[in-house]
Amino acid sequence: MRDKNAETMQKYHNDFLREVEANVEEGDWVHMCMQCGVCAGSCPLGDAWEHSPQKIFMMIRAGKREEVLTSDSMWMCTSCYNCIVRCPRELPITHIMHGLANYAHRLGIAPKMNPTRRFAKLFWNNIVKTGRVNELKLSISLYFMDGFTNGVKTSLEMTGMGLGMLKTGRLDAMGLLRSHGIKDKSGLHKALKKAREIEDARKGLS
Amino acid sequence: MTDIVATNETILVVGGGISGMTAAIEAAECGKDVILVEKAPSLGGRVSQLYKYFPKLCFPTCGLEINQRRMKANKNLHILTLSEVTNIAGDSGNFTATVKTAPRYVNENCTACGACGDAVTAEVDNPFNYNLDKIKAAYLPHNMAHPQRYVIDPSIIGTDEAEKAKTACKYDAIDLDMQETTMDLNVGAIVWATGWKPYDAAKIQPYGYDRFDNVITSVEFERMMDAFGPTGGKLLRPSDGKEAKNIAFIQCAGSRDRNHLTHCSRICCMASLKQTTYLTEQYGDDEEAKASIYYIDIRAIDRFEDFYQKVQDDPKVSFIKSKVANITLDEESGNPVLHGVDTEGYHRYSNPHDLVVLAIGMTPNVDISEIASGVSTDSSGFIQVNVDNGGIFAAGCASNALDVNRSVQSATAATLHSIQVVNKVSAAEA
Ligand SMILES: Cc1cc2nc3c(=O)[nH]c(=O)nc-3n(C[C@H](O)[C@H](O)[C@H](O)COP(=O)(O)OP(=O)(O)OC[C@H]3O[C@@H](n4cnc5c(N)ncnc54)[C@H](O)[C@@H]3O)c2cc1C
Ligand code: SF4
Ligand code: SF4
Repeated sequence: MRDKNAETMQKYHNDFLREVEANVEEGDWVHMCMQCGVCAGSCPLGDAWEHSPQKIFMMIRAGKREEVLTSDSMWMCTSCYNCIVRCPRELPITHIMHGLANYAHRLGIAPKMNPTRRFAKLFWNNIVKTGRVNELKLSISLYFMDGFTNGVKTSLEMTGMGLGMLKTGRLDAMGLLRSHGIKDKSGLHKALKKAREIEDARKGLS
Repeated sequence: MTDIVATNETILVVGGGISGMTAAIEAAECGKDVILVEKAPSLGGRVSQLYKYFPKLCFPTCGLEINQRRMKANKNLHILTLSEVTNIAGDSGNFTATVKTAPRYVNENCTACGACGDAVTAEVDNPFNYNLDKIKAAYLPHNMAHPQRYVIDPSIIGTDEAEKAKTACKYDAIDLDMQETTMDLNVGAIVWATGWKPYDAAKIQPYGYDRFDNVITSVEFERMMDAFGPTGGKLLRPSDGKEAKNIAFIQCAGSRDRNHLTHCSRICCMASLKQTTYLTEQYGDDEEAKASIYYIDIRAIDRFEDFYQKVQDDPKVSFIKSKVANITLDEESGNPVLHGVDTEGYHRYSNPHDLVVLAIGMTPNVDISEIASGVSTDSSGFIQVNVDNGGIFAAGCASNALDVNRSVQSATAATLHSIQVVNKVSAAEA
């Protein structure tokens, strides 16, 4: 398999800021950060992760490529948007954090066992199959992500919620056997494939 | 007011703060006819509301006094208080300015003896102290008010209170039938010096100015130091009247922020540095007295770097490089707690303080586009230097966020420009 990570590293000669500007969603905003610290102080999970947005943006400018891309901090962002609404420079911080996470993932160097990354993968694989989320399959794959015993335990814990969702029609009891997909599934798959091609060409990943 | 004669050789100065006063005096001392229009009942503007001013830390009274003496000595200068310019039509060399004057209910006979103030009991908000206290409804705006003449607040007109004031006056100075008047003045050039106002602190939601008593603005802090201010010159915090010793200053409150004012208000770093010296003045070397300045970067404009260094050397003062993220309240102590992360080491903090002073940003007082058309402003509404502005010249904080020194410089420049305009008019008519 080709090493996309090594390739991009070479291409940008360790100018990580330029790499982020070119390849990460909203990455061209990073240089606008004035290091005021409002985002770091506004994040409700702030003390739970190692690299606040403020720190990440400074690390990008300092060329700390490896540390940024392998950090699990951007995977912890819950999209509360506190930082975005407060940033005096209007940086789209939440989007940059997700952009960085996605970029690291595409390069194959995102933290492998990070639960948010794993869930994101499950979710994506689930939704692209039929164009709609199959809640039952998604929950089961999530609960059993860490093995059978854990899966049974979590399923039991979540029974109440599952029943509630059944009652309100949010969960299909027959979900394992059928999926309420969209009509034009192959159309969706084609569109996604095209989008991926365009993205890859732009980011030099093709 | 019917004795005013204005011609297209007259210079109209709008706004009687330090900038407008300077422009008016300088033009008048050059022999020009000047009309100075001030919205408030007295001249002086926001400088008169400062306790002391940097860099020399003198009281504004001395600067004001010199200006007042020059004004009194000059016959070319006509002052209209409680007056506002509501519209400007025409062109350079031939403007028509509409001036609306509110009734003062007190005429020139007033000796400022204060008998009317003693007679009334009704009280109104005191704008000179940013409404932090009340004042009698018959009042002198402040000790240095120019003109030294009382004002009757319109809220008591038609009540017994007004009659009490009138009866108490021995000089027949109270005229309760005064009405609002409007007149058109023909003038040649206009100096626009309507100054600034503090940005609305309540809009900075995470700082809770509207929720927490002990979060105040820098302009209110200035008033607290004044012996005639709302706290009689003591730093007493609003919630419980306790002496505030551990004081936080938050820089760029509303400034340099795309959610609020995009510009740097330029003077607020110096204002906070100055205000830390008030702590020494109040508490000497009491070890409990502490000032913490939370900042993005300190902009000690111009040649004030030495002032900054002096403050840095003060053991009472510490600097935290961080824009505070938000403020919460410690219910028990009434202390505001500041939360954020500092940029020098990325340390997370939650610091309680007795009192928080927001170094509030400056925004233009008047939207000039509502009064005159075609005057060029920047994205913050400050009037830009532009030949297309014709015979309208901005001075002081109407043109930018400036300190007194630069305001006065810009006033002199505006004066010279306006003199050139009226000189051209006289040359054409000669
Ligand atoms: C907290 C704080 C502390 C400061 N401390 C210092 C300091 O120590 N040293 C220093 O150099 N500077 C200091 N400044 C800056 C200083 O206040 C300004 O430089 C100064 O007020 C500018 O004067 P001005 O005449 O341009 O405006 P203003 O003082 O705002 O005067 C404008 C005048 O125009 C009048 N007016 C408004 N609208 C109208 C209208 N429509 N018609 C007629 N009249 C109108 C107003 O009533 C007012 O009298 C400080 C500012 C702040 C916020
Ligand atoms: S709030 Fe905005 S400007 Fe401030 S540190 Fe965060 S990203 Fe940078
Ligand atoms: S002068 Fe200082 S406090 Fe004021 S806006 Fe500029 S940097 Fe911020």
